[in-house]
Amino acid sequence: MSLSIEEIKRPENAVYGKPALLTDNVMHYCPGCSHGTVHKLVAEVIEEMGIQDKTVGICPVGCSVFAYNYIDIDWQEAAHGRAPALATATKRLCPDKYVFTYQGDGDLASIGTAEIIHACGRGENIVVIFINNGIYGMTGGQMAPTTLLGMKTSTTPYGRDAKLNGFPLVIADMIAHLDGTAYITRQSVHTAAAARKTKSAIRKAFEYSQKGIGLSFVEVVSTCNSGWKMSPVDANKWMVENMFKKYPIGDIKDVPGGK
Amino acid sequence: MVVLQAESETSSINMIYGGASCGKKVMTSSSSPGISLMCEGISYIAGAELPCVVVDVMRGGPGLGTIQPSQSDYNQIVKGGGHGDYHNIVLAPASAQDMYDFVDWGFELAFKYRNPVVILADGIIGQMMEKVEMHEMKPRRTAEEILKVAPWATTGKPATRERNIITSLSLDADIQEKFNRKLKNKYEVIEENEVKFSEYMTDDAEYVFVAFGCSSRICEAVVDELRSEGIRAGLLRPITLWPFPFSEISGLAKKCRSMMSIELNLGQMVHDVRLAANGECPVGFYGRQGGNIYTPEEIVGEFKKFNGLE
Amino acid sequence: MRRTTDDMTNLSSKKMKEEIIIAGFGGQGVLSMGKILAYSAIMQDMEVTWMPSYGPEMRGGTANVCVILSDKKIGSPIVTKYDTAIILNQQSMDKFEQTVKPGGWLVYDPSGITRHPSRTDINICRIDAIEGAARIGNSKVYNMVVLGGFLAVKPIVSLENVEKGLGKSIPARYSSLIPMNKAAIEDGMKHVEIVNRI
Repeated sequence: MSLSIEEIKRPENAVYGKPALLTDNVMHYCPGCSHGTVHKLVAEVIEEMGIQDKTVGICPVGCSVFAYNYIDIDWQEAAHGRAPALATATKRLCPDKYVFTYQGDGDLASIGTAEIIHACGRGENIVVIFINNGIYGMTGGQMAPTTLLGMKTSTTPYGRDAKLNGFPLVIADMIAHLDGTAYITRQSVHTAAAARKTKSAIRKAFEYSQKGIGLSFVEVVSTCNSGWKMSPVDANKWMVENMFKKYPIGDIKDVPGGK
Repeated sequence: MVVLQAESETSSINMIYGGASCGKKVMTSSSSPGISLMCEGISYIAGAELPCVVVDVMRGGPGLGTIQPSQSDYNQIVKGGGHGDYHNIVLAPASAQDMYDFVDWGFELAFKYRNPVVILADGIIGQMMEKVEMHEMKPRRTAEEILKVAPWATTGKPATRERNIITSLSLDADIQEKFNRKLKNKYEVIEENEVKFSEYMTDDAEYVFVAFGCSSRICEAVVDELRSEGIRAGLLRPITLWPFPFSEISGLAKKCRSMMSIELNLGQMVHDVRLAANGECPVGFYGRQGGNIYTPEEIVGEFKKFNGLE
Repeated sequence: MRRTTDDMTNLSSKKMKEEIIIAGFGGQGVLSMGKILAYSAIMQDMEVTWMPSYGPEMRGGTANVCVILSDKKIGSPIVTKYDTAIILNQQSMDKFEQTVKPGGWLVYDPSGITRHPSRTDINICRIDAIEGAARIGNSKVYNMVVLGGFLAVKPIVSLENVEKGLGKSIPARYSSLIPMNKAAIEDGMKHVEIVNRI
């Protein structure tokens, strides 16, 4: 027998809810974008860990520049690429806080390479959430450092050509070589199961950040259906078939004791 | 104290941005080319209304220039440097004692107005040693004190308040304009209250030198020399370069025969001196560049040339 | 902060002011000699400025430092004429011999000098500090032998205050070296040789 709408609305029948830390602001993200899901996972982790009053988030420049409108914690809005520098100072000056950056690939892998590499090199006890959709979404779908070879963008209309545009940067694998990183994983949120795994990865990263063992890095391979000029469903399919080949899903490094 | 070596000036100013966001007293320093790299961050800090102190020990430019002393960042630091409508509060030390005292004074102003403060020193003040009287160290602010002086800081959101967001971003034209005007009001209060300068024998001066930092010390010797020759010279030293002592210079311009701005650059502050003098008296300029320093005798010669006293 | 023509009274009653240039190679202890001299003057309640000039290299380049000691507040820390030049290599001799004020002092170490000073309107003395340092048994006290030579002809700071100055400028962990440095200064005072006295 099916439930009536009135019955469904009763609290005791709830099977799913919006995390309390997610604000009621209407998200500006395109329908089908991965950001909303990742925001929700971050909010859930902070809520479940009960660390709202101990968490400081650092926003990037890019589509998620307004992340501070959506999660009910203290936020700093960094200049393009510099979030790890802000996070470094915040964590060093307030070591009891949970400090995380939330950055896209244009922010972290292009203009911000120096900051992320050196934050990893110093072993800052912060969490980095890296949204990799292989494109500059906000500014109109230009090639990012993570754009796949052959991928068409507004600045590589005939597809990315290695001779002309170089090769994609695989940041997570690069920083795995650095002794200052403790946990590096690559996840996605295109299915409920994938989102659940990403959530546990984010939780683990937050927990690691209080152990003094170095930087934790959660890459989320994502879609940009607007920039990719696909429907959300096609974008997910394209991601699995193409992005996952260059950016395979799974843990890359896990050193619970640190170096 | 937490001390950290950053990988670049770009990073260090953004560490300052992060640290200031937590309500901490944070500072960084560099010489001119490094400050160029920091200007983006300083603009963000001004836009986010955060307190911090930046020390610029000026060397000669442009480009890699020289590692010798200079005062060539006046325009960059006093007039802007980064993008957008903003002001740094700019303090110009002339001694090792000033370098020591201005840090505390700088933090006081930075927190009072939630504004970046730049200590604009030159290579001479930076490299020179002299006697300094030290005060008792101020204890580090406790978490409770930070909550009191910086209730805006990102210290973790308790259930009792709204979330604190440190940002300089606003995509709504009206909101941004309102913010720009709020900054303007703040700048007017600073201009009204924080101008600082010193005068040396200006009370009966027929000729007035205007010089800041190490140049003001050299000009004291110039004034002494001219006085010993019976020429009534005086010196006005702006201690704050922004806010600039416009009304004091304007007052002197009405009383004296001429003014000269003496700077280790091609003539930057002189434009402000001319604005202040507003045509009341001729305003001359003498400067050296490339790390060369003028001697008092050299300035005396240029002074006489400018005033037809040879 | 306003000082007026009343301060002129101070000007007319000019008191002690000594403007010194110390010049040589990096590594000879030029800058530290200046620093010890400056600290010693502070111990004697004088005003001091210490203003170095050097190239980017740490050793082997030319190095010089301008030290000004005065009874009153010092204006410019940079001057072009000196009461005393302490010269430790040929390049510095070429550069600074002419900058000594008439009646001033030129103190130099003759080793490595091929063109000796020729001015007759200044006082000149020489101090063979390599030999002095050898007598003490440590090449690192070379600069203190030179300082001793200078203090013998220009006793502007007392030996007692120099000892205090050494204590201030030598790191605490090396304080055991103070007696050796003092001995070097005394050796220099003893062995300085007047070349020209006007």
